[in-house]
Amino acid sequence: MTTSLADVASSNVTLRSFLQGLPGVDRVGADQRAAMLGTRSIKTTAKAEAIDLAIRMVDLTTLEGADTPGKVRAMCAKAVHPDPGDPSVPKVAAVCVYPDLVAQAVDALKGSGVKVASVATSFPSGRSSLDIKTTETALAVAAGADEIDMVIDRGAFLAGDYMKVFEEIVAIKAACGDAHLKVILETGELSTYDNVRRASWLAMLAGGDFIKTSTGKVQPAATLPVTLIMLEAVRDFLATTGRKVGVKPAGGIRTTKDAVKMLVLVNETAGEGWLSPDWFRLGASSLLNDLLMQRQKMATGRYAGPDYFTLD
Amino acid sequence: MFEYAPAPESRDVVDIQPSYGLFIDGEFADGTGKSFKTINPASEEVLAEVATASEEDVDRAVQAARKAFGTWSAMPGSERAKYLFRIARIIQERSRELAVLESLDNGKPIRESRDVDLPLVAAHFFYYAGWADKLGYAGYGADPRPLGVAGQVIPWNFPLLMLAWKIAPALACGNTVVLKPAETTPLTALLFAEICRQADLPPGVVNIVTGAGETGAALVNHPDVNKVAFTGSTEVGRQIARSVAGSGKKVTLELGGKAANIVFEDAALDQAVEGIVNGIFFNQGHVCCAGSRLLVQESIATELLDSLKRRLGTLRLGDPLDKNTDIGAINSAAQLAKIRELSDAGELEGADRWSPACSLPDKGFWFPPTIFTGVAQSHRIAREEVFGPVLSVLTFRTPDEAVEKANNTPFGLSAGVWTEKGSRILWMASKLRAGVVWSNTFNRFDPTSPFGGYKESGYGREGGRHGLEAYLDV
Repeated sequence: MTTSLADVASSNVTLRSFLQGLPGVDRVGADQRAAMLGTRSIKTTAKAEAIDLAIRMVDLTTLEGADTPGKVRAMCAKAVHPDPGDPSVPKVAAVCVYPDLVAQAVDALKGSGVKVASVATSFPSGRSSLDIKTTETALAVAAGADEIDMVIDRGAFLAGDYMKVFEEIVAIKAACGDAHLKVILETGELSTYDNVRRASWLAMLAGGDFIKTSTGKVQPAATLPVTLIMLEAVRDFLATTGRKVGVKPAGGIRTTKDAVKMLVLVNETAGEGWLSPDWFRLGASSLLNDLLMQRQKMATGRYAGPDYFTLD
Repeated sequence: MFEYAPAPESRDVVDIQPSYGLFIDGEFADGTGKSFKTINPASEEVLAEVATASEEDVDRAVQAARKAFGTWSAMPGSERAKYLFRIARIIQERSRELAVLESLDNGKPIRESRDVDLPLVAAHFFYYAGWADKLGYAGYGADPRPLGVAGQVIPWNFPLLMLAWKIAPALACGNTVVLKPAETTPLTALLFAEICRQADLPPGVVNIVTGAGETGAALVNHPDVNKVAFTGSTEVGRQIARSVAGSGKKVTLELGGKAANIVFEDAALDQAVEGIVNGIFFNQGHVCCAGSRLLVQESIATELLDSLKRRLGTLRLGDPLDKNTDIGAINSAAQLAKIRELSDAGELEGADRWSPACSLPDKGFWFPPTIFTGVAQSHRIAREEVFGPVLSVLTFRTPDEAVEKANNTPFGLSAGVWTEKGSRILWMASKLRAGVVWSNTFNRFDPTSPFGGYKESGYGREGGRHGLEAYLDV
């Protein structure tokens, strides 16, 4: 299978016939499955473990035009010590910033073990030339980014020009060097679940290390069914090629309940092999405080007010 | 491994009495037969002692129903609707209590009794409440008349849902009922009796008699019963058909099944796997329309079976009251013995048996989810209804062969077709001899949709507008 998969990308025709030959996704069935997994009841010790695991999986993110170096530094401090009053709280996985702020983040996180991720490739629309995209990627990597979150060209994908999308991912992957590449599919714009599955396979075939749902700028973002389909894709890709790819739902995950549902989905779809920050991330900015609040509630039996958690 | 901590639903929400009587003419009364015990199949713990209705008790119940029929049938449909709507609302209000009791007495997971059974029970009462004042528009004449007293005998797999399927249309049409729940699962019907009182339903409109086969026979054979409705095994259905033949009683029978779940190579495979799981492992396979014969196109058989086996590894078997349990207990020792016997026969006949690694609780009646591959049409496990979590896998090459194999069974209750091709779904649906054909789904129920079988799966339809016909003089 591995050898024939190499031939898949020899032309747009072969690529299209491969992607369109993937098993379809029945929307009603996928929605029902995700809804059923959302009813799992995670309590007591399981909930405590899930909260800590979710914290370790968070990519603490700020992607605003108004971002400042100061804001990034503050966020980095929070990434290392999410709850200053409780040293037992684990660090988050990474902070995610725009390319021009990578240097500040790298500096602030030095020696902490928290990774720096950066969105490149004309985020969030992806509408620019390949040269600009590879250059932006190279700049972010040169500034010290450990991970690059790229967006795919949805226009080319929806037009059926899968080869263009494939070649872009390959080129960006090359520009990444040692940095890990997360490929953002922007599933809200892909519209059908069949497209989500095809885009997932396309990103994996082109060498993406992670597949990521959304930029967070388009609604709907990381829904449960879309994450389910991407988890099925990485599971099947591993079985077919022997290569393991990570998954990152991003956007709209705000509560501990949302995060726990995601973990249940991972556990019962791709399997426990993905239950690690190496293979599953949560792209979120407001989630962390809710996780901290629930964590404290479990320890003390009481909810503290929002002022007891830092805003950064 | 992400171990889910136990999340048990509290059983304090339901108050189980040490003993229960019969519900006749709006009152609880002692039975004159020898009482029996009902147990929790997950732990073998005795839940309560329940009265057995003798022939004489059944007669009292039928007389009470006969007496109530006069006023109930003369009542305007809109008045009857008010009672049915009230019952539906009380069921919703008390649904947690009913769901817990159902899981305790039946062994089914609380996830199913809470999310499937109870919402459907309430929906059936709401649906038929809506029909009560519109019977003239149902297509059975301008002023269709009720039949009289309905004698209803229901099975143990969906105790409360089957009660709703029987009682709601009967009452909406103006009939009164005497219902006999199964001897292993009488408790929710007795709680329903309490709900009838809470709703101020006139005495005698609903009567509940408990007991085993003899009580059922007394009810079915009672000369003053006008209509017999039965859901259960084909064997008992045959006896009933024989005993009421020539009596002028109207009869509907919902009997066994051996449904084909047909997966084509172009199906949405992940959803098909879910559909297969839902088709046969839902309610431990205690479903008359269960998709117990998987017919898979040969080109994807290996791939699909690998996926199915992997998926079965994630099924959680255990305490039915745990909200995370997918597979609960087998309803009775007798049923467990039957499942074991047929599974052993499958092995003897040469089929390959497979179950995921799963530990079974020490107490109670348990059977792991099981798949048989290499099954031939002539094997007993491909022909007889197992009524347990046992799936037989067969393959086919062409659509014609799929239809031929699917129809090659004495039963005809349901079927499932999995394909992305719309024209094939319609073609298959017209060829399959089954009362329900699901496309790209399985085991979905709705009060607006008629349900019933061909051949040995029985006759008559329940649910929907069609379900009214069985309770009207048309």
